[in-house]
Amino acid sequence: MASFSTTATLDEPLVSRGDKGGAPPSFGGGDDGRSGPGLPDYPTRLRRARLGLLVALTPVLMLFVSFTSAYVVRQGLPTIDPRTNQLVRDWIPVKLPALLLVNTIVLLVSSVGMELARRQTRLAAVAAAARPAGGVSASVEGKTPWLEMTIALGLLFLYGQWMAWKQLAASGFYVSTTPSSSFVYLLTGAHAVHLMGGLVALLVAGLFTLLHRSVTTRSIVVDVAGWYWHFMAALWVYILLLLEFAK
Amino acid sequence: MATHEHAVHAHAAPQGFIRKYVFSLDHKVIGLQYYFLALAAVFTGMFLSLLMRIHLVWPNATIPFFGDIKPEQYLSLLTMHGTIMVFFVLTTAPQGGFGNYFLPIQIGAPDMAFPVLNMLSFWTTLLGFIVLIAAFFVTGGAPLHGWTGYAPLSALQSAGPGEGLGADLWITSIAIFCIGALMGALNFITTTLDMRAKGMSLMRMPLTVWAWFVTAILGLLAFGVLLSAGILLLMDRHLGTSFFVPVTTVNGVLTGHKGGSPLLWQHLFWFFGHPEVYIAILPAMGLCSQLLSVFSRKPIFGYKAMVYAIMAIGFLGFMVWGHHMFMSGMNPTVAFSFSVLTMGIGVPSAIKTFNWLGTLWRGRIRFSSPMLFAIGFVSLFVVGGISGPFLAQPVLDIYLHETFFVIAHFHLIMGVASIFGIFAATYYWFPKMFGRMMNETLAKTHFFLTFIGAYCIFMPMHFTGMGGLLRRYSQYTEVQWMHSMAGVNKFITFAAFVTIASQFIFLFNFFWSMKKGEKAADNPWEATTLEWITATPPPHDNFGGVTPVVYNGPYEYSVPGAPKDFVMQTDPAVGDMDQKKGKH
Repeated sequence: MASFSTTATLDEPLVSRGDKGGAPPSFGGGDDGRSGPGLPDYPTRLRRARLGLLVALTPVLMLFVSFTSAYVVRQGLPTIDPRTNQLVRDWIPVKLPALLLVNTIVLLVSSVGMELARRQTRLAAVAAAARPAGGVSASVEGKTPWLEMTIALGLLFLYGQWMAWKQLAASGFYVSTTPSSSFVYLLTGAHAVHLMGGLVALLVAGLFTLLHRSVTTRSIVVDVAGWYWHFMAALWVYILLLLEFAK
Repeated sequence: MATHEHAVHAHAAPQGFIRKYVFSLDHKVIGLQYYFLALAAVFTGMFLSLLMRIHLVWPNATIPFFGDIKPEQYLSLLTMHGTIMVFFVLTTAPQGGFGNYFLPIQIGAPDMAFPVLNMLSFWTTLLGFIVLIAAFFVTGGAPLHGWTGYAPLSALQSAGPGEGLGADLWITSIAIFCIGALMGALNFITTTLDMRAKGMSLMRMPLTVWAWFVTAILGLLAFGVLLSAGILLLMDRHLGTSFFVPVTTVNGVLTGHKGGSPLLWQHLFWFFGHPEVYIAILPAMGLCSQLLSVFSRKPIFGYKAMVYAIMAIGFLGFMVWGHHMFMSGMNPTVAFSFSVLTMGIGVPSAIKTFNWLGTLWRGRIRFSSPMLFAIGFVSLFVVGGISGPFLAQPVLDIYLHETFFVIAHFHLIMGVASIFGIFAATYYWFPKMFGRMMNETLAKTHFFLTFIGAYCIFMPMHFTGMGGLLRRYSQYTEVQWMHSMAGVNKFITFAAFVTIASQFIFLFNFFWSMKKGEKAADNPWEATTLEWITATPPPHDNFGGVTPVVYNGPYEYSVPGAPKDFVMQTDPAVGDMDQKKGKH
């Protein structure tokens, strides 16, 4: 499987010029698969999409690095009590709800499901290329719906995070209660927003199956969304460790 | 077509006005959209600066259609002037505008890597601009906190008029801009790494491409941090958190915040803010390297040194943010390291300057209008840069901080120098973009008025700054000892009148030449890079169905033995010569 992106060249016009045709490539690619204005081949598109994702992850990383630095700095700051004029600490450690552990397991399992979905879609792309009349989306009937499972687990994780927020609020920790609780809401919230972006990508990929879009395109979307999903899982583990062990 | 359009350039040339000119996926159209956005923004920002200059000299004057300028309105003006200029002009035009238009062409690509994302990045940026301008028209008006948005002023809704909804719009606009800029940077980096034509090795890329590429990396690392700071600020404003606000009172009433640190905002802001300075200036540096070579008919002096200097400036740009905060009671050891690193930027900057001069040295210089602006850029860069090492000294900075000396420094090097880069690029690439030449007489008039005018505006500010004239004072005449500077200030305002008026020469020339200018040949400047091998204006796929194959570096001018004094990058004959000479 690992050699797929370099060796298995899909016959691109067969799989991607399904119904309406389209402009023929006006000229071939450049060197080593670097494309011209024609439709680049599957490995080129996949490589480009993965490179784009790698670049796109950098600012996400910077966002959380920045939040972390704010976390560390804010944690060390005392405040002045206006009644007594004394310096006091206003950072009250938050007791994280145990539900977050359950959520973590849900997310990690979803990451496994995501990986299986990613490989499954790749196989479908290869199968579509092998079929002489390929061009419509490859059938995934009779196979385990890993993609759907991942989406379901992702939604479950988000629901779990929402419940964890409610538990936090019930125990008296609101956003502005103490800087540590501010950060708990901030980091979990920012992570959830980013995870929703991944969910949207997966839903789009799922929609492609219904819309009979080309299986190669679907495979690229699932591949990129897959790596993003793994990144989100790793990021969540990092956030949890930060909140638990640096409080 | 059953293809996903995000990842490929399979879209045929679009038909119909909307698809072709409004929601276009074509990087050239998107580049022009960015350019016109910046043009609208720069005239808005310039108008605001004019109001400020008038108010400084005649504080009691009533401005037609505007009325009296109250002190808080003066602060609004400077906030909006700074924000519009930094984000929507200096970041938008050189990178979003010219970078979008010419980066793919110069590396021989048919389009950006992700055209849909490219389109979204422009519309996001435009939305950011509209949201920002909207701040003028809400209750309380535009915010007062300056383009740096220092907390706690920016973090408290009750801190002043304009700090309510106006400040919310300002923060939202910056956040939207960040997202747009990140999408743009993603495209620039992926395109440069993955879509170069055959033979276009990294060390054959024009220095413009190098500058856009490194600028995109800076943006990628910096805008995420600004976004995070904006999110924290919005939480402080609306959710009652205390990231940036300590125990504080407004009009004698405790705000309920406690324990936050205004310095935390400054650190986060300047970790973005200093690289932002290089985001504004690097594309202009790349462009001027290009033009000095083209119009001196000589290879750029020290190509590799130029590339490494761009990288070094980008890298050091992330290490020096603390020099904006010498006044904050910083540990002297920390201040010293920031100071040394800041002066370290002088090294790659000097490498670039000497290489520019080396390129000009004994060249057969053609003083066309793009070249004049490129030389003007070098002049402004040197003059504006020289005051940098002064401000980098913590001891001197404590005196010069918040004075007009700082205003003079960053306007010359970041403002006017970058603008000269934009002008040079406009005059240089206008024939390629619109198929006609701009009027040379008007262009030269524009150059001399702007060049002399800019110096007349900003040189005297060094002296008023050293004399202690403070920025952000709406009525310095109220302060006894600043009275003596009234004459100089009047001179600056008159110089501003003339300089601003001369920009309308440019505006007229720009639009008149678009319709009535002399028809341009495909390669009017006899330059070597790939945008000059294609038709004027370039077709939808940039090269009209031909794959460019690159054999030469971008600066093969006056090559001995070559039939003409320039060798196109795609000319195979000299590729052999290249090897014979033992280059690379």
